[in-house]
Amino acid sequence: MSYTFDFSFLWTYWPQFLAGAWLTLQLSAISTVFGCILGTLCAIGRADGPRWLKWVIASYVEIIRNTPFLIQIFLIYFGFAMAGLKVSANFAAVAALVINIGAYTCEIVRAGLQSIHRSQVEAATCLGLSQVQTYWHVIVRPAIERVYPALTSQYVLLMLASSITSQISAEELTAIANRIQSETFRALETYIVAGVIYILLSFIVRAAFFLFGQLIFPRRRKLGTTI
Amino acid sequence: MMPLNLAQFEYLAHGALWTVGLSLIAFVGGSVLGFIVALGRISTNRLIRLAAATWIQIIQGTPLLVLLFLLYFGIAILGFDKLPAIISAGAALTVYSSAFLAEIWRGCLQSVPKTQWEAADCLGLNRFQRMFQVILPQALKIATPPTVGFLVQIIKNTSLASVIGFIELAQAGKVVNNAIFEPLPIFLIVACFYFAMCFPLSMWSRSLERKLHVGSR
Amino acid sequence: MSAVVSLRDVHKSFGAVEVLKGVTFDVGPGEVTAVIGASGSGKSTALRCVNALETINSGEITVCGHKIHDPALDRRALRRDVGIVFQSYNLFPHLTVEQNIMLAPRSVKKLSKSDARALAHEVLEKVGLADKAESYPEQLSGGQAQRVAIARSLAMKPKLMLFDEVTSALDPQLTGEVLRVMEDLARGGMSMVLVTHEMAFARRVANKVVFMHKGKVQEEGPGAMLENPQSQELRAFLSNGL
Repeated sequence: MSYTFDFSFLWTYWPQFLAGAWLTLQLSAISTVFGCILGTLCAIGRADGPRWLKWVIASYVEIIRNTPFLIQIFLIYFGFAMAGLKVSANFAAVAALVINIGAYTCEIVRAGLQSIHRSQVEAATCLGLSQVQTYWHVIVRPAIERVYPALTSQYVLLMLASSITSQISAEELTAIANRIQSETFRALETYIVAGVIYILLSFIVRAAFFLFGQLIFPRRRKLGTTI
Repeated sequence: MMPLNLAQFEYLAHGALWTVGLSLIAFVGGSVLGFIVALGRISTNRLIRLAAATWIQIIQGTPLLVLLFLLYFGIAILGFDKLPAIISAGAALTVYSSAFLAEIWRGCLQSVPKTQWEAADCLGLNRFQRMFQVILPQALKIATPPTVGFLVQIIKNTSLASVIGFIELAQAGKVVNNAIFEPLPIFLIVACFYFAMCFPLSMWSRSLERKLHVGSR
Repeated sequence: MSAVVSLRDVHKSFGAVEVLKGVTFDVGPGEVTAVIGASGSGKSTALRCVNALETINSGEITVCGHKIHDPALDRRALRRDVGIVFQSYNLFPHLTVEQNIMLAPRSVKKLSKSDARALAHEVLEKVGLADKAESYPEQLSGGQAQRVAIARSLAMKPKLMLFDEVTSALDPQLTGEVLRVMEDLARGGMSMVLVTHEMAFARRVANKVVFMHKGKVQEEGPGAMLENPQSQELRAFLSNGL
């Protein structure tokens, strides 16, 4: 093998890598927030909603979890176009990511809700808490605290999966890498750099989730264990 | 109204077959490599443990799409640029699956109670006998549901092999779409194909898990 | 003097199994009533019916003026008057001791944070755990956890306290501290109904003992009744050492 690595193109291209990484983080952050809300609502609806709603949510979750994200993003992207809606690639990307992560969040949070023992609910109602108060303080909050590690892993996967939005030309890190390699013909080096940036990003996402967890779960901060 | 003619539908079905083939390659390759990495993760040697953990961290921190590009271009640069795309696709999916399967299986191996390892030790079994006659049979039961679950991930992930031009189901969809430009119906049909492959496996994984929980209660 | 709790011919079935077969007894204000009986005698079910945790099939229950058998019962109003402590503590694991106690006063009575905190410390003082306000439930011993559960109920200033085998899950050396707290409460004039296996405690503290057998009240009387059982069943129950 007579290949010599040459990373000198980085001198010219590093701002573009940085811009791509930044967009990747932005897409992931927005999708995480909305996906988390969607997924939690779905989990609640699936646990305690009317029959038809349970069925609708279950179907949504199964369809999303059993088809590739690549196909979902095509369907959403072309779906917007066919409906006559002009949306940016970034918007379509976020929409697809939210719909996708919402289904996974729903499953994880649902497992958390199911893990809350009935006696906890009984204790809360005996103290006179209303249904809504009981739901929020005694079911949803501890459930989310319990599944927080699983959610963290899922949202790291989401950040990595956002690379697939390059296929509808959202200008995130992978799309930038694709362009750079076609301009510089240093494909291997380009994707090594992209890979390293993604690894750094996944550390950053993990760290951010850890710190956020310390902030919102005082019990975790103090005892260092999960419920 | 069906926008596809029979030949195009057959083309998609043919792509689906390649999806199955690529999934099998990735599963078998990923299992072999992943098992080695899982053993490395619980090795008594610190360096081996560190190496296995690093491998997992790197692979799990990189998108499969980037791994695919890396192997595709890497293999070409090594001088094998005439190799079919299935080689780089299979290699990338193998590497990717190995890291995830290793983590799943490490968890299963470690969930076998420590006393079982000690008991095997005390009976004078060597490491090989201990692993294959005592630990693995117990770990296998716990490992089956999540492994079947990961098979679903593999099938879905093979769709990304389309980016390096390998004609599996997703790429077949793109090819047909380029010919007739009816993206919605075409990709809906493609999605149905995937669903038909993945959903039964998901259900199977879930029922295995339920049985396991009932058994352990 | 009207009763705080009165049960009249209460029937309750779970599916085909009739657990309560016409239970009748009263609890006067400031009285301590101990309900005893073998497991399966229906004593815990009777207590749960008093707090409307189970719906009765027939009969009448009145608790602090609330008609439990009435379908239009306002459960939240009932629960403002009645506190209950369970065998398994049922503390909220994600909240500190103080937050466990503050939750209901803040959510239900809309107390300010500082008022609720002051109240929490007041009740913790009562159960002797003022120093544990910042701890989490898993950091407590069983006896401490149960005392916190009592404090949590007391913070709602109930007119009646129910205790469902609160010492049954505890090691023998930890039951004493919980029973002492309950005895203090009784002396303070709290109306209490306790389902218990602690015969010595029942004899000493209870104004009235209700012995249940196979879904019915077999015998009732003052604590001294335990020394001089009238029915064959109570005699058998007591001699089994339970």
